[in-house]
Amino acid sequence: MAALTDLTIAQAGAGLDKGEFTARELTDAYLSAMEAARSLNAYIGETPERAQTMADASDARRAAGNAAGPMDGIPLAIKDLFCTEGALSTAGSHILDGFRPTYESTVTQNLWDAGAVMLGKVNMDEFAMGSANITSHYGPTLNPWKASSGDNAGKDLVPGGSSGGSAAAVAARIAAGATGTDTGGSIRQPGAFCGIVGLKPTYGRCSRWGVIAFASSLDQAGPLARTVEDSALMLEAMASFDPKDSTSVDLPVPSYAAALTGDIRGLRVGVPAEYRMDGTPPEIEALWQKGVDWLRDAGAEIVDISLPHTKYALPAYYIVAPAEASSNLARYDGMRYGLRVDGEDLTETYERTRAEGFGHEVKRRVMIGTYVLSAGYYDAYYLKAQRVRTRIADDFRAAWDSCDVILTPTTPSSAFALGEKQDDPIAMYLNDIFTVPASMAGLPAISMPAGLSDDGLPLGLHLIAPAFGEETLLRAAGVLESAAGFKAQP
Amino acid sequence: MALDTDTVKRIARLARIHVDEADLAPLADELNNILGWVEQLDEVDTDGAEPMTSVAEMVQRLRVDAVTDGDVRDRVLANAPMEADGFFVVPKVIE
Repeated sequence: MAALTDLTIAQAGAGLDKGEFTARELTDAYLSAMEAARSLNAYIGETPERAQTMADASDARRAAGNAAGPMDGIPLAIKDLFCTEGALSTAGSHILDGFRPTYESTVTQNLWDAGAVMLGKVNMDEFAMGSANITSHYGPTLNPWKASSGDNAGKDLVPGGSSGGSAAAVAARIAAGATGTDTGGSIRQPGAFCGIVGLKPTYGRCSRWGVIAFASSLDQAGPLARTVEDSALMLEAMASFDPKDSTSVDLPVPSYAAALTGDIRGLRVGVPAEYRMDGTPPEIEALWQKGVDWLRDAGAEIVDISLPHTKYALPAYYIVAPAEASSNLARYDGMRYGLRVDGEDLTETYERTRAEGFGHEVKRRVMIGTYVLSAGYYDAYYLKAQRVRTRIADDFRAAWDSCDVILTPTTPSSAFALGEKQDDPIAMYLNDIFTVPASMAGLPAISMPAGLSDDGLPLGLHLIAPAFGEETLLRAAGVLESAAGFKAQP
Repeated sequence: MALDTDTVKRIARLARIHVDEADLAPLADELNNILGWVEQLDEVDTDGAEPMTSVAEMVQRLRVDAVTDGDVRDRVLANAPMEADGFFVVPKVIE
């Protein structure tokens, strides 16, 4: 039998149901694997006692014939952006030193209600601001993959970000699945860099309640998992209508796993001309073409489409997201929770606390946000960006007249070396060039591993669907997954 | 619209982030680099485009105006850097 930690969520669930092993054995296997893989720095806080208690409770439910469903007994890693009651929740920031929430986020509560087991809290870019997991106060997470040749051979690589700890943990088999959040690509890009599946649901599908806010009009929770089926199982448990989130959408949660029929005959797949960008490496272009061929071979109809404002999504994002962040992060004042650094008076206490508590990238974005919202600049920057955002959403709306899903690459490169792009924010921001447009339009999108780069690193393909089109998205992703037959492991 | 160090100082004050004098000029360069890059948005014709206010196509929901929690003082204070007698303790604000 394969190691317990090699099983997918679906396989582990089946094994638990058949009594081949217990949730406690599965959890203990992960806890040992976590200990052996600490050099990756994927976990900020391991919660082994809690995991064992939850696993024992799962075993008791199953023994009594009351198993809660396919997630019962499945050990998960939780991004440190989710508030978990009594367990340190830091958002990767110094300013949340010692913060132990007295409440549980809706998404994690939904997972616990479904019987899942919490292994611990995983590393991330500070306040989810980054694409390499290098802005965390707790140090960088390493990608479990290594380049087999070329300039990066033997070097430590980044796992992507901001959900870098989540992606590294799932790829390294130290979690069966993980929660992530995606504001501009923070689930999909690390998913691609670590060779796993990352799904960003439609804005409003998963509750934001208890998820530490970065950019509220963009933030959306979603799963990182090893297969499309596992992503469907996790999403089904995570999603809900939640009156505590004013933008939560009151729609029933379908059986996402049931959508994986493997049949995409007649599905219209859009290929946007504007995603063919100068400087995209030929291996990315080639993989994209393979994806087109795979879907066509499975009976889909390929349609050339145009999303004219694609190149403006990223600069518009870098106005909207920092603006919202500057407002959301105003709450970190050193008075009610987290770090306090005393100054001469109240204002200086605020200023010292925030100077010491926030890392450089967070400060930079808060200041950009403060500037674009300030008197005299609001119209020129913020309102302009919100108008461009409407144009981007309109592009997609027009595209849905001629296609049902859109296929693009996930990232313009494979994982890069730790230390690269560190001093050039715009080069770092360009990681999200293919993922940000769907975020700006609030659309569901998924990245799945589809091949290896010339130096042996995973590359992702990216599908985008209309709002609440998760079932179509997952069905198409499942077909791509079968066709790609990606079996490589770090 | 390049930022000078005085403007950076003003923004830092508005954002309540202390910035050392020596760091103002390099920070101005960094912010100008980003602002220069986003200025490509000026190329986009946005005449007639409404600024997006809600990404989800939904009507704003209103909740019933009823008390849904309360009596959680100790939980609210649980993470306070300083607290006394059921209150947050903050630096003196009135002379």
